[in-house]
Amino acid sequence: MKNLILVCVFFISSNLSAQIIEYETFEAFEQNVLNKTHDDQSYIINFWATWCKPCVKELPLFEKLNNSDLDGIKVILVSLDFKKQIESKLYPFLDKNKLKTEVLVLTDGDYNSWIDRIDPSWSGAIPATLFIKGDKRFFVEKEYHTVEEIYKDLNSIN
Amino acid sequence: MKQLLLMAMMLVSTFNYASNINGITGYEPGDVATDFSLKNIDGKMVSLADFKDAKGYIVIFTCNHCPYAVMYEDRIVALSKKYSTMGYQVVAINPNDPAAAPDDSFEGMKVRAKEKGFNFPYLFDDGQKIYPQYGATKTPHVFLLDSKRVVQYIGAIDDNVQDADAVKVKYLENAIIALDKGQSIEPKVTKAVGCTIKVKK
Repeated sequence: MKNLILVCVFFISSNLSAQIIEYETFEAFEQNVLNKTHDDQSYIINFWATWCKPCVKELPLFEKLNNSDLDGIKVILVSLDFKKQIESKLYPFLDKNKLKTEVLVLTDGDYNSWIDRIDPSWSGAIPATLFIKGDKRFFVEKEYHTVEEIYKDLNSIN
Repeated sequence: MKQLLLMAMMLVSTFNYASNINGITGYEPGDVATDFSLKNIDGKMVSLADFKDAKGYIVIFTCNHCPYAVMYEDRIVALSKKYSTMGYQVVAINPNDPAAAPDDSFEGMKVRAKEKGFNFPYLFDDGQKIYPQYGATKTPHVFLLDSKRVVQYIGAIDDNVQDADAVKVKYLENAIIALDKGQSIEPKVTKAVGCTIKVKK
């Protein structure tokens, strides 16, 4: 029951954007995304926001990786856009860029309560990327410039 | 031999940690922070030592372009108003290279400070020599120092960037109050999402 309360996921539909899930609490995000990984798949979870220039710059790399024929890789783009800017900034951005990669929004603003749970080495700056394969995790707080760089980091846990 | 291996492994993991945050290690609570001489928006050079009677310093790395920094501007002005009379001096530093973030030019800083009525020095980290010593990784990033420049608190201003009215814990304010009363500060370090410090490639 407690778990059910924590999961306050709801869907926001937009005429243009595909449906995007907003997680209002980190617990909901953890339960439905981080704890739902399959052992045979590699996950690339990128933290970004529309207002973050280096993040936007590296998005095409993740999109390219997501659309590649490489089996067993799932890319998830976790937007940290502000709650009140989801409709004014995030949706127009997604409509314009037509990303095929899965996008979700995490609006839990009590950052200090959850940043360390992604990785203790994360200072909170974005872009930042978490790789998950089975029970192995690798985290980096940096901007990528090539798909090869991302692929190399992914392979470090494969 | 086993010990050697363990030491080597520890070294490697330390290195990994450091490289994760772009090679910046920076201060921890208890470290003595460096003073500096940086140009203020009025053209004059400012050092912490200029504030001879200060009981503490609230050093905030911030900038013009970052939405997170912008959302805290009014709160920083209010903090400065409230705590400067108690002897705690706010000193804001823009750590970004304008070549990488044009909005954060020295001219841009003057404009923004006037628009928002900054009641504290807003300094330019020309050459980006100071922020790496502090270990600032993002804007905004706060370092509370006591009168001897010993780091007392590092991190966020409060726990809700999106809505000042919905703040539950005022981390920085609590730390200043505890420092003023000579009580122990808890927490000494907090984290928040922010914009990376912009360095020209």
